[in-house]
Amino acid sequence: MAAEVNKQPVLEVEDLDIVYDTEHGPLDAVRKASFAIHEHESFGLVGESGSGKSTLAMGAIRYLAANGRIAGGSVRLNGKELADVPRHEMRHLWGSQIGVVYQSPLSALNPSYRIGRQIAEVAQLHMGMDKAKSSARAIEMLTKVAMPDPESVMRRYPHQLSGGMLQRCVIAMALMTNPSLLIMDEPTTALDVTTQAVVLDLVWGLKQQFDSAILYITHDLGVVAKICDRIGVLYAGEFMEQGDLRQIFHTPIHPYMLNLLGCVPHFDLGQAKRSLVCIPGFIPRIDELPDGCIFAERCEWAEEACTVERPPFVHTKDDHYTACRRWEIVPPVDEHVFAATSELAQRGGGEDEAHLVEATDVRKIFRTPSTGLLGRGERHDIHAVDGMTLWISHGRTLGIVGESGSGKTTVARTIIGLEEATSGEIKLHDEVLATSLSKRPRSVLKEIQMVFQNPDASLNPHTSVGEAIGRPVRLLTDASGAEIQARVLELLDAVQLPSNYYYRMPGELSGGEKQRVAIARAFAADPELILCDEPISSLDVSVQGALMNLLMTLQAEKGTSFLFISHDLSAVQHLSDWISVVYLGHMMEWGDATKVLTPPFHPYTEALLSAVPVADPDAKQANIRLEGSVPSAMDIPPGCRFHPRCPRCLGDICRTEEPPWREDGGDHWIYCHIPLEELREMEAGTLELATERGGAE
Amino acid sequence: MARYILRRLGFIALTLWLASMLIFAATQIIPGDIATMILGRFASETAKNNLRVQLGLDRPIVVQYLSWLWGFIRGDWGVSLSSDSAVRDIVFERLRNSAILAFCAFIIYVPLGIILGLIAGLRRNSWVDSTLSVGSLAFIGLPEFVSGIILIYIFALQLHWLPSQSSVDYSLGFWPNMPMLVLPAITISLTSLAYILRMQRSSTVEVLEMDYVRTANLKGLSARQVLFGHVLRNALLPTVTVVALGIGWLIGGLIVTETVFSYPGLGRLLLFGIQRRDLPLIQAVAMIIVIIVGLANLGADILYAYLNPRIAYK
Repeated sequence: MAAEVNKQPVLEVEDLDIVYDTEHGPLDAVRKASFAIHEHESFGLVGESGSGKSTLAMGAIRYLAANGRIAGGSVRLNGKELADVPRHEMRHLWGSQIGVVYQSPLSALNPSYRIGRQIAEVAQLHMGMDKAKSSARAIEMLTKVAMPDPESVMRRYPHQLSGGMLQRCVIAMALMTNPSLLIMDEPTTALDVTTQAVVLDLVWGLKQQFDSAILYITHDLGVVAKICDRIGVLYAGEFMEQGDLRQIFHTPIHPYMLNLLGCVPHFDLGQAKRSLVCIPGFIPRIDELPDGCIFAERCEWAEEACTVERPPFVHTKDDHYTACRRWEIVPPVDEHVFAATSELAQRGGGEDEAHLVEATDVRKIFRTPSTGLLGRGERHDIHAVDGMTLWISHGRTLGIVGESGSGKTTVARTIIGLEEATSGEIKLHDEVLATSLSKRPRSVLKEIQMVFQNPDASLNPHTSVGEAIGRPVRLLTDASGAEIQARVLELLDAVQLPSNYYYRMPGELSGGEKQRVAIARAFAADPELILCDEPISSLDVSVQGALMNLLMTLQAEKGTSFLFISHDLSAVQHLSDWISVVYLGHMMEWGDATKVLTPPFHPYTEALLSAVPVADPDAKQANIRLEGSVPSAMDIPPGCRFHPRCPRCLGDICRTEEPPWREDGGDHWIYCHIPLEELREMEAGTLELATERGGAE
Repeated sequence: MARYILRRLGFIALTLWLASMLIFAATQIIPGDIATMILGRFASETAKNNLRVQLGLDRPIVVQYLSWLWGFIRGDWGVSLSSDSAVRDIVFERLRNSAILAFCAFIIYVPLGIILGLIAGLRRNSWVDSTLSVGSLAFIGLPEFVSGIILIYIFALQLHWLPSQSSVDYSLGFWPNMPMLVLPAITISLTSLAYILRMQRSSTVEVLEMDYVRTANLKGLSARQVLFGHVLRNALLPTVTVVALGIGWLIGGLIVTETVFSYPGLGRLLLFGIQRRDLPLIQAVAMIIVIIVGLANLGADILYAYLNPRIAYK
């Protein structure tokens, strides 16, 4: 990067203030933001929801909602001041000098037009090309983003392509004019982890190939660590820290960044389940900011002087800026994050422990509605869960990890009875359960509860917190009125919510608080098993960390078993005693958590581990990428269902014969044709990250 | 696509068959005796019986139904009991008249509704939007016999600009009859206009908030290019459905409006047939209305599929 410091930056933002005019007066969404990006450089704008990262990026290129405006400061693109350029002139810059890639590629493309037309449009508009030339240019760009068969993709409609393919189209569209600035707004957040890895590789390659400066917006510290050269950490509309990626990740000099790193589970794979270092409190409301440091309220190093006036954003050393007055005393990451965690429990759940739940060869087939006249047309079977056998020991956590369409949610729903299993057997305490929820006695209902992904949808907006938590107590136990209330208050305390939340309505709570209520409700009837279906996926990094701590603490106290479902391998490894890796309705590998995540691996597990974004710029991961996308559960490939995408496919045997379950000790099984010895040898490369992290402890 | 259309036509045939049974049953339970209606209250019982035999009314109901249905399919719709001429000729003449009126209304309210809806949507929450929204709500609530009479009062009785009666005679050609079409066409338009306007407004607002509109803007397209190139087609989709479903409404409106303006159309013919217990006439008109509504819906679905590539027909 040293060579580029002398050159003029592509984008230079200085003391930018962005204001939204609201009914209650002006809202200073972004205050005094400064940063610069050079050619070939990617700058990561990192922050949790409400930090103003999208507002800053879109404000810098003058694309704000009607009530938003730049209230001060300057933005220069290749030296040209943008803050007072008239709007029609901005339109010339958009699309030609500035390309944008969005979070959800499907909704970012017009559903009614073919891909080709939408990409070519940019060249017709800005490069004066006619139809034929612009199409040729579009095909050229699609080829550059490694799109297979670009000619046929040009003729497709957006709904006919997978998410990863669509994101390539959007990237190709953004790069058509070779823009000097490329803004990428969470471009991989909506994608599956294996697809995300492919797209990130692509962005990395394009960075070298094109001259564009990249402004990369994300909340995901793992993605940032993979893709960015420099980063800026935003908090409630202000930069807290800015500088070189490695420097910030290794020696953060702002307590907020330090604590954010603490909230992310690391692949430690130790025998102990550890707590995460979390940030107490909440992001302050932008209209109620304190006079002093805006992070002081949540900072363990804050002193009286921090609350008096807003500390300036200062340059410290090399290329490193901080908004902390006391940055010199901020401890190193290793000391604070990896050493200060406390052990919560030992991993376990082996063969010797009694099983609470056993599911044997569970299948769930959905039938598509018929299409023909009077319902006589073809119907298709969707094999959502295609023969899964698993168990959960008392007081242990089984993590199920898999990409979308793997059937992980459906298997949980058949266990609790929300979906009736098509075949197979589910036992609780060695007693076979009825498949249908309505046929299960109250005593069984009481023992299995669930926490859903989206707390907004799973809490009735017209039911107060107290009532919501009290309901399962009333319905499933014999408690009296006063006992119910006492129990609810006890639960609120257990999920670390103040007792005055009893009368609050869900609308008054933040996302994290709602999920705490949902967790309290799941624990209300004192169940033996709680199914957690992506309970933290929709939440911010710091809230995720706090909830994972909460789940582990509650489990240690109450001895509850968890089935934890997630697409996020790092969260699953952090919480689980046992892990099941599922693909297209079938388990690929399962067993003791430590063993699943160390060799021998199933090739799919290996690919997942290689793709998972790790919040460590120096993590060494094998470069294994899966082609294509998960096939439809209506048409499961014969033989090993993973073979069409498997980088280690052996040939005919994988295509025709179902693989055997290979046993590795008494607590680890792999569903693969490749013998264990070979699996053990081939995949040692993936482990480097784990050993490094272990050394940091 | 061809298979899809064939299948849908099959559905329409099925609908027609069910409708034919309902229509036939309904005409059977209309109170009053046909023979008495035709021959007068003082006709002798023998004369009435002869007439019944002549009309085939003495046969079992099922046989009557089947022979009527078969006749209808072959194009033999019987003879009107009240005017002694072939039902088919009367119905087709009136159908043409109604179609002319409906078409006049259609070319007023569909483009106007779409344009006003677009304007309201583009200028959401401005005074233009609130005026249009409140105004259209008022028209939705106003039945045709009220709005028609108000229009007659203002434009015919007070201002004397247009005739209050619309006894058209198309043997003179279209233009001499034009002034007589204006008021009934506007009357029919008012209600439907309001529906289309509101639909178009809300779909415009919805589409404007879509991510792909942001994409189009950030490509650097001008506001006009964004509107016509990316917003309009998607925002028209829901309206297309409303327009087609509105054809059912339109026919309901026609019956009332034609009566208010004494316009010789299908709606007035149906009312006339009911008053005279003219069973062949009622049956034929009702069947024609079912066919029109069915075809309009099919047309809407085909148009919707054409505009929306996400709909795939197997």
